[in-house]
Amino acid sequence: MYDRQLYAGWVTSTAARTAASRNDSAAPDATYDAAAQEWADVTASESSLRRFLHGLPGVDQVGAEQRAASLGTRSIKTTAKAFAIDLAITMVDLTTLEGQDTPGKVRALSAKAMRPDPGDPGCPSVAAVCVYPDMVATAKQALGSSGVHVASVATAFPSGRAALDVKLADTRDAVHAGADEIDMVIDRGAFLAGHHLQVFEEIVAVRAACARADGGSAHLKVIFETGELQTYDNVRRASWLAMMAGAHFIKTSTGKVQPAATPPVTLVMLEAVRDFREQTGRMVGVKPAGGIRTSKDAIKYLVMVNEVAGPAWLDPDWFRFGASTLLNDLLMQRTRLATGRYSGPDYFTLD
Amino acid sequence: MANNVFEYAPAPESRSIVDIKPSYGLFVGGEFVDGHGRSFKTISPATEEVLAEIAEADESDVDLAVRAARRAHSRVWGRMPGKERAKYLFRIARIIQERSRELAVLESIDNGKPIKETRDVDVPIAAAHFFYYAGWADKLEYALPGLGPSGARSLGVAGQVIPWNFPLLMLSWKIAPALACGNTVVLKPAETTPLTALLFAEICQQADLPPGVVNIVTGAGDTGRALVSHPDVDKVAFTGSTEVGRAIAAAVAGSDKRVTLELGGKAANIVFDDAPIDQAVEGIVNGIFFNQGHVCCAGSRLLVQESVADDVLARLKRRMRTLRVGDPLDKNTDVGAINSAEQLAKIRELSEIGEQEGAERWSAPCELPDHGFWFPPTVFTGVTQAHRIAREEIFGPVLSVLTFRTPGEAIEKANNTPYGLSAGVWTDKGSRILKMANALRAGVVWANTFNKFDPTSPFGGYQESGYGREGGRHGLAAYLQDPGAKGGDA
Repeated sequence: MYDRQLYAGWVTSTAARTAASRNDSAAPDATYDAAAQEWADVTASESSLRRFLHGLPGVDQVGAEQRAASLGTRSIKTTAKAFAIDLAITMVDLTTLEGQDTPGKVRALSAKAMRPDPGDPGCPSVAAVCVYPDMVATAKQALGSSGVHVASVATAFPSGRAALDVKLADTRDAVHAGADEIDMVIDRGAFLAGHHLQVFEEIVAVRAACARADGGSAHLKVIFETGELQTYDNVRRASWLAMMAGAHFIKTSTGKVQPAATPPVTLVMLEAVRDFREQTGRMVGVKPAGGIRTSKDAIKYLVMVNEVAGPAWLDPDWFRFGASTLLNDLLMQRTRLATGRYSGPDYFTLD
Repeated sequence: MANNVFEYAPAPESRSIVDIKPSYGLFVGGEFVDGHGRSFKTISPATEEVLAEIAEADESDVDLAVRAARRAHSRVWGRMPGKERAKYLFRIARIIQERSRELAVLESIDNGKPIKETRDVDVPIAAAHFFYYAGWADKLEYALPGLGPSGARSLGVAGQVIPWNFPLLMLSWKIAPALACGNTVVLKPAETTPLTALLFAEICQQADLPPGVVNIVTGAGDTGRALVSHPDVDKVAFTGSTEVGRAIAAAVAGSDKRVTLELGGKAANIVFDDAPIDQAVEGIVNGIFFNQGHVCCAGSRLLVQESVADDVLARLKRRMRTLRVGDPLDKNTDVGAINSAEQLAKIRELSEIGEQEGAERWSAPCELPDHGFWFPPTVFTGVTQAHRIAREEIFGPVLSVLTFRTPGEAIEKANNTPYGLSAGVWTDKGSRILKMANALRAGVVWANTFNKFDPTSPFGGYQESGYGREGGRHGLAAYLQDPGAKGGDA
């Protein structure tokens, strides 16, 4: 069923409230609760949720890919490039998600996260270190009070194929160990089978499991694994679903499935967060992850953030790169801008 | 909190690749010669800087050029086997690619359009036209029904007059099919944008094209008049305004000249409520702000379904705020300079009339340079069919927004124009696209896209948008003798 009426009606009814709540983005949880109330109609049943998601305007594949490609032709030079590279460094979630991860490896990565370029104290630190839950305590200890966050994947990452109880226990375990941010995966099987409400309720439950004993809450990033959702229409629907369920961030991929993040997928997600803020006043972050390896790629993403979502998202609180090899290329370009010369990979530390 | 102002530093394309001479003559019989007339200046519309002195061809110059073309046709080009002609066309296409940066920079300087567009649209498509028609040159007998092995005969000398909005691209649309079919040409570029045509003349020399096959005569209206009314011209091809097109049609009436005209337009871009809205907004922007709206098939009338009109307009205005207007040579410029003071005056006049008639005017906030000819991307809302800005071609970055309620009303309004060059339809429903495409009286109908050009696709108009088709197999018909009694659609 195609029900634009429900979507359109909802847009009109919230327009007034939007204006009032737009300034409250500093207190996301308060607006989240208020906003959650507004979704009560939409999320009351599988069919109403489905009608809403399928009533969202479609995405034309050719058009979206063209727009992403044309933004990729922006020429970012000199001062703009220096600005973009430093900004990109502060947005990196430095990631290691391997079966072979050890405490030693995580400590090394944490050291690099705090001081990416040991030779240049002016180089900013990255946003977070992203690890499996059992490495959270190690990372937390290594990072101390540096301000670099610890992000942990959870909910039976990367496939998400486990019982809800297990996923919630996984999440609580990571939060208990000190994770500042939880990167959960959605149940793609349920989504593709059309069980949207199940996916929605799972995100709500995980978000509740992000609560800390001190009353705070870890930030929740929701991974769609867009390579498995396949269509841009699905990406847009998943984005709204996650935002309605209270995600702080929406994230493209686990990095374990190809294709991972692509510019058009990120474009569709940036449009979704932009529209969501227009209508609810609540801002949601975006994190492309996987496959972003060069400074040139990262700069293309920042141009897209700037021109599609808007400059408000040009901040590590609202945009992240999930990457491991990207950081060294950013550092190499940064040094090149400062010295006018390219140096070899030997001059940058291994992660 | 980071300082989140991402200012793009200037990223100018270097001018050093082009070498603009202080003065240019005419290209006749394979050589540059002095004209007998006076000369005129061509300027950069972005800075008003004088670029070069250009010879103005008078009647005697045009006569020499037509004679050179006739000689080349009867002695060399008209007799040459198609596969030999193809080699020259392939060579020209490759040289255009090799010298693409030079052509792109020169086009931006002389025309005012952004380097992004000359680099990614004008020059690659110009090369593609030569490649495409090179492929046809030895297959003409298969091009039209009834031609047969010996039936593909060229017309002779083509007199071609092209506009200033896509100088090199329109040149390639005209010259490539004419040459492929065995005709020789005398081409007059627009007086404000002659430089890439003159560089193309150099390319013809570089490709060893036999002298006289391509002749370029520069000048204004008088030169064009002399060319189209020259008694030894067999075929007239014109792209430009409807007013001049009418004059040409009158001038050649009663003669045995063949004519194709590609004239103005006032295209409807129709957005239904089930359209992919974000991509539709991109299509609207591309439809009217591409090339500063100096596009005969520009989507200058936005017809948007009332139920989504507010949403679409809000998104459109937000998008327009991100358009970067300025230095055409900056690689980040989206909208360049208006081509001439005359055109700017016309855009201003019609915009003022729009306001007087009660439409609401909104321009994207942008700083315009002090020198040169500039007009900000502008949208008029509350426009009705009775407004002049909904009927007359503005040929600038000015969009008129009308609304409709039902598909029937959309068709009625879209077709309610003396023009009929192009139209756009935005909907997720495939069956509706087909229905609309059949009902719209326009030569080109784009579905969920706009302003897409390809050498394989025919292009041309209904009614006051002209007659004849350029591009594709259909484009050959305009440059070949009619097969038997059956007329082509030219």
